[in-house]
Amino acid sequence: MKLVTAIIKPFKSDEVKTALKAAGIAGMTVSEVQGFGRQGGHSETYRGTEYQIDFVPKVRLEIVVDDADVPKVIDTIVASAATGKIGDGKVWVSAIEEMVRIRTGERGSDAI
Amino acid sequence: MDAGNVAWVLASAALVLFMTPGLALFYGGMDRSRNVLNMLMMNFWCLLAVPLVWVTLGFSLAYAGAGEWIGNGDWFFLKDMNISGEDGGTLLLACVFLGMFAVITPALISGAVADRMKFAAWAIFVPIWVLLVYCPVSFWIYGGYWGSLVETGTGTVTGFLGARGSLDFAGGTVIHINAGIAALAAVLVLKKRKGWPKQGHPPHSMPLVMIGTGILWMGWFGFNAGSAFAANGQAIQAFLNTFLAAAAAGIAWAVVERIKDGHFTNLGVASGIVAGLVAITPGAGFVSGMSPIFIGLAAGLICVFAVQLKFKAGYDDALDVVGVHFVGGLVGSLLIGFFADPEFFGGTFKEGLFYGGDASLLLEQALAAVVTIVFSFIVTFAILKVLDLMMGIRVPEDDEERGLDLAQHAETAYHSGDQQMERV
Repeated sequence: MKLVTAIIKPFKSDEVKTALKAAGIAGMTVSEVQGFGRQGGHSETYRGTEYQIDFVPKVRLEIVVDDADVPKVIDTIVASAATGKIGDGKVWVSAIEEMVRIRTGERGSDAI
Repeated sequence: MDAGNVAWVLASAALVLFMTPGLALFYGGMDRSRNVLNMLMMNFWCLLAVPLVWVTLGFSLAYAGAGEWIGNGDWFFLKDMNISGEDGGTLLLACVFLGMFAVITPALISGAVADRMKFAAWAIFVPIWVLLVYCPVSFWIYGGYWGSLVETGTGTVTGFLGARGSLDFAGGTVIHINAGIAALAAVLVLKKRKGWPKQGHPPHSMPLVMIGTGILWMGWFGFNAGSAFAANGQAIQAFLNTFLAAAAAGIAWAVVERIKDGHFTNLGVASGIVAGLVAITPGAGFVSGMSPIFIGLAAGLICVFAVQLKFKAGYDDALDVVGVHFVGGLVGSLLIGFFADPEFFGGTFKEGLFYGGDASLLLEQALAAVVTIVFSFIVTFAILKVLDLMMGIRVPEDDEERGLDLAQHAETAYHSGDQQMERV
């Protein structure tokens, strides 16, 4: 089992979710995060005082899948999340040691 | 009493009351999210404490008798104020309407002391300040009017500033210059927030600020037009003046910021609107025609720069009470010396310089301002210094860091997630 984590632009999250569902991915977890990479932040000025805001709002998707599905998931996310402009985000993969479905107690791949 | 007048003044009183929660939201949205409830509480406290102080002692001290300096006890505890008889409720109406002004004046100061004042100290400060600062200044401008009106049918001001011809239709001097300079005194006793000026924070909720601004503008129609105490031509003109000055000032402030800082912002519009409303307050029933537009433009253009003074002078006026209320009130009050138009109103007040008058009105306005500034600053400073020695008025540094909502009120403004919690 692998955990695929993607940081994407917030306005793309619906499109990515739809694409993943169409690709047969049953579930995912989404959180609202902030971050920056090469995309710079922005400044806001209030009554003459300027604030430089480095953090940019992003959405983090977390999806646990069978090893065999990892390439399909990565390709789907990259295709649906890309705009070609800076700040599109990143995808990475880590290993998952154990997974349990809380309702039924199923473990391992059966829990995906 | 004329039914139309009563109806309008009562409606105005409700509008003015609404301004205090409006102010709370205006300030609260500008403040940080971990202190927003403390800011709201400082304002709501005024709604709780001041009415009690007002009907027991304050109204009488601010208006009763025929003295020059302070009211007497004729109307302590609403004595001799009833709804029957010839006056038929006039004094009670004045008491309730004017009480709303006594409520919001100390509330203005809350914006300056944001993020670091002990609520207990604020709670004690408010009623004391109303009695020792608000009531005397109010008496100097308006004292003697109501007693003589009820007794003789004609109102005559005996308070020493009003008797000299100083004009203040709805409280530019009594409320805005007064509270504005008191705010300066307060931040000098309280001192700067941790990290200021190098570190600060953007407004945590601009939508709240805009809601507050809208409420303030609407409420201000009661503040200014209600001060005519009648549903008459002066009320109509005051209403119109309030409408125009706010719009002009809002544009002026936002345009200056667009040029200076690069964007046309909501905060600029909101700040300008409030500055314009403050500036038209003293002259609302004394100026006519296009004058309110000029007054609004002046307020917007001056106040947008005045709010930078704190950085040059080194005082931490958190939400710019000094830059907007003190400066705006001063500008508006002095401009009466130019724009006052007694002929339009059929009034007996002096003409402004642009209407055939000489500089005497301008000098009276300046005198009233100076007297108010000196008195309010000294007494406010003294009250807070004494409170600071007795109980400390500043929160501990830990509380300033973790937020006053939690530290002072054990409340959190924004709970994320939909947690089910155990009741202790």
